[in-house]
Amino acid sequence: MTAAGGRATSAPIMGSEAEPTLFELSQPGRRCWQLRTTGMPEWSVDDLIPAAHRRHEPVPLAEVSERDLVGHFTRLSHRQFAVDLGAYPLGSCTMKYNPKLCDTVAGLPGLSGVHPGAPPSLSQGWLQIFVELEDALCEVTGMAAATLQPAAGAAGELTGLLLMRAYHESRGDSRHRVIIPDSAHGTNPASVTLGGYETVTVPSDERGCVDLAALRSVLDTDVAGIMLTNPNTLGLFEEDIEAIAAAVHEVGGLLYYDGANLNAILGVVRPGDMGFDIVHMNLHKTFATPHGGGGPGAGPVAVSPRLVEFLPGPRPVRLPAGADADYGVVMPARSIGRVHSWHGNALVLARALAYMEVHGGDGLRRVAERAVLNANWIRKRLSGSYDVPFDRPCMHEVVLSAASLRKRYGTKALDVGKRLLEFGFHAPTVYFPLIVDEALMIEPTETESLQTLEALAEALETIAAEAAAGEPLGEAPRSTPVRRVDEARAARTLVPTFDARGGR
Amino acid sequence: MPDYLPHTEAELAQMLAFLGLSSLDELFAAVPAALRLGRGLALVDGSPEPDVLARFEALGEANRARSDRLVCFAGGGAYDHEVPPVVRALAGRSEFVTSYTPYQAEVAQGCLQAVLEFQTMVARLAGLPVANASLYDGANALVEGVNLGVAASGRQTVWVSSGIAPHWRAVLRTFAAGTGHVLVDIPLEDGVTRWPEAVGVSGAEAPGVLVVGYPNYLGCLEDIGAARRMCEATGAVLVVAADPVAASLLRSPGECGADVVVGEGQPLGTALSFGGPYLGLFAVAQQHVGRLPGRLVGETVDIEGTRAYVATLRAREQDIRREKATSNVCTNQTLMAVYAAVQLGWLGTSGLREVALRCARGTRFCREALLGLDGVEPLTGTTPTVREFAVRTPIPGRLAIERLADEGYLGGLALADLVGEDGDPSVAGDDALCGLLIAVTERRTRAEVEGFVRTLDKVVR
Repeated sequence: MTAAGGRATSAPIMGSEAEPTLFELSQPGRRCWQLRTTGMPEWSVDDLIPAAHRRHEPVPLAEVSERDLVGHFTRLSHRQFAVDLGAYPLGSCTMKYNPKLCDTVAGLPGLSGVHPGAPPSLSQGWLQIFVELEDALCEVTGMAAATLQPAAGAAGELTGLLLMRAYHESRGDSRHRVIIPDSAHGTNPASVTLGGYETVTVPSDERGCVDLAALRSVLDTDVAGIMLTNPNTLGLFEEDIEAIAAAVHEVGGLLYYDGANLNAILGVVRPGDMGFDIVHMNLHKTFATPHGGGGPGAGPVAVSPRLVEFLPGPRPVRLPAGADADYGVVMPARSIGRVHSWHGNALVLARALAYMEVHGGDGLRRVAERAVLNANWIRKRLSGSYDVPFDRPCMHEVVLSAASLRKRYGTKALDVGKRLLEFGFHAPTVYFPLIVDEALMIEPTETESLQTLEALAEALETIAAEAAAGEPLGEAPRSTPVRRVDEARAARTLVPTFDARGGR
Repeated sequence: MPDYLPHTEAELAQMLAFLGLSSLDELFAAVPAALRLGRGLALVDGSPEPDVLARFEALGEANRARSDRLVCFAGGGAYDHEVPPVVRALAGRSEFVTSYTPYQAEVAQGCLQAVLEFQTMVARLAGLPVANASLYDGANALVEGVNLGVAASGRQTVWVSSGIAPHWRAVLRTFAAGTGHVLVDIPLEDGVTRWPEAVGVSGAEAPGVLVVGYPNYLGCLEDIGAARRMCEATGAVLVVAADPVAASLLRSPGECGADVVVGEGQPLGTALSFGGPYLGLFAVAQQHVGRLPGRLVGETVDIEGTRAYVATLRAREQDIRREKATSNVCTNQTLMAVYAAVQLGWLGTSGLREVALRCARGTRFCREALLGLDGVEPLTGTTPTVREFAVRTPIPGRLAIERLADEGYLGGLALADLVGEDGDPSVAGDDALCGLLIAVTERRTRAEVEGFVRTLDKVVR
């Protein structure tokens, strides 16, 4: 079937045949490695490693030909869904198209071939990339300065909380609690604990936003700060943000912005202008660096002027005119220290800067507009087939619910997601946020076309109709590389390696 | 204006009409007017791809330390190993690059199986039964290893060998500010850790965790057995930071008694990349599986009984445990784990050993030649070294690096850049100032090493 108008679905091309593990393809004595001719003296292992330290048997790995290796991993790739195959409306994850340009940038020998311990004089290009990216991220967020070291969003969160801690401690102010809404990402409370704070959860109100009265009732001078996502995980803009910021600042607390949903507001409104003091960004979401099957990402943290002196170091900086070089690194006066082995996920950072340079300021604003437009189109189109728990205009994502389908026909959100896989789309995020029953969280992103949205909506409408017709959706999916997997067995009889299989 | 957005003007109008809106601005009605930016973002104007690519090529030219221009003798956790075209071609496939965390196992068997193969390889290298799907980098793996050890032992005092790389120890200190762990630096003597006498170490001061490198960052082979005995005496958990390449020649940390093995996975197929993305390696003994941080893939079956893979033991993870979680790690570095699995598949049993053997040969050849020069002294006595080594030269290390770069070499790392000019418990002040940490991988030829030694002899006079 020819897809009309650029419809992004993948169903026909995923591999259904099971692939043996690389270890099962191994034949003793087969090999494919080839190493440079060095002309070095050929000392034996016995000459080089003292007996007390020497390994007696080599580490057993697979022994395959290059042709086998290529076949194996190519076949595995055919058993993997990806953005390049079809739409991936996984709410909160911003699975937009990742421009190939950025892959090429990341592969440039002048970037990928640079040792991270090289001094600034030998890595001026990289330091320039870092400084320019920091400037751009600060403009987008309305903040004063940023660290690029955190390797992921969660690493950014913990870095932000340590900044919060350093700030309060520098004022001789010992505080113990951090507030998060009940709709927050799970990483938020975990980061709060590792930052040495206690979590206080505040409920959402009937509009899906922070309950301002409930927030005020827990605010006092023991509160170090609040972590908010805005738009929140329901895809709704916290309209009371100014009042929230004023109330938290009133008691001396700081506002932390979880940038998971920054895509919605690029060029429209900035966390700094809303009153936030600390902002982490997920470059793998907003700035289209590929998610890599679950990492690498990058989670830079930007801060307001009063927190700059606490930022992690060493920090890349532009040097004053007349210095030996254009760029250098400095340790901020009261730095919390390093949060990464080196400078952060440098190649991810370069990709993000390249993405921003293609778009420019206007382009980023268009990104946000199209992302919000697509989400609202889906919301309106599907409001007849699914429950919309908070039925008002959303930002970049919409949270639907299968509660009615479940009540009437026994069809769960999970069943809807699994059935959608058979239409060649990835499933939405299901059962999150926790405060919505049978949640289906859909984030189409700006790079999906109207035709793709129509196909996605048709698929979801078909599924709702199938549920009503009594189709056994609990058996979906059937046409995927494997069918529903036994998760309980995986946990009960743990087989985390090929060696743990035993006689299976 | 170039971008990647598919909407035509007609489609925009059609979609707005469907929503009952007359402009795109109205989509943001929920944003209070007073907060809106009210101007365009002050960024560069958008540029077409060829212009952007040309600019990044120019930025790459400004990096003098690129490995295709300077012969690389730098290490410190990041090494210039061979990464063959086949590894880049396979791991760079867009199905691996543009997917996300395998929440839907039915359409994520590719990444899940590759990660299980990766976990198997890491567990075999570590000599432990379970390895996770990777963490952010070596330092992050160390932090998580220490957190696990503290949780398992119930004691927050951590004895950290000063043979752990200084930049990793710095990361450990940063995160200890939040957890309240008490880090105690244990000094080195001739490059190896001198643990305190166990006698009298008990109660609240007793360490809950011991951390040691194998080899340590100066390339020295530590006595893991001695660290294990200290753990037996104190009830501490033993965390070993191991190099995955050297591990193929050395007794496995697991065999030597490690409870947790952490490491930097960059040497397994990841380009130097100016420090990231890399991947943290993390393996544990069976009794610590319940505290394993990060993601773990397990084998199971689907409803038809077909072998299948899935992210498992999810109850450990932050999104379920929330504030009770002992780790906030959400993602791992799956793509780098795929690179490692392909690289180790390419090397196989004989190749990994051959890489390590060639590194060891080159390291010995280079070290002996350098120590034959006037004024070049070892920093770690006669302690055996593998993978890298530290020497003192007659001039400051930073100056030597600059001069060597002018002659075509990235001549190692200046210890002053790693430990500061005043030194730290691993290297004393003068040695720090004039020290060089030098790594020789299987990619270095005899001619390159001889040229490097001659040049160093010239520039330190």
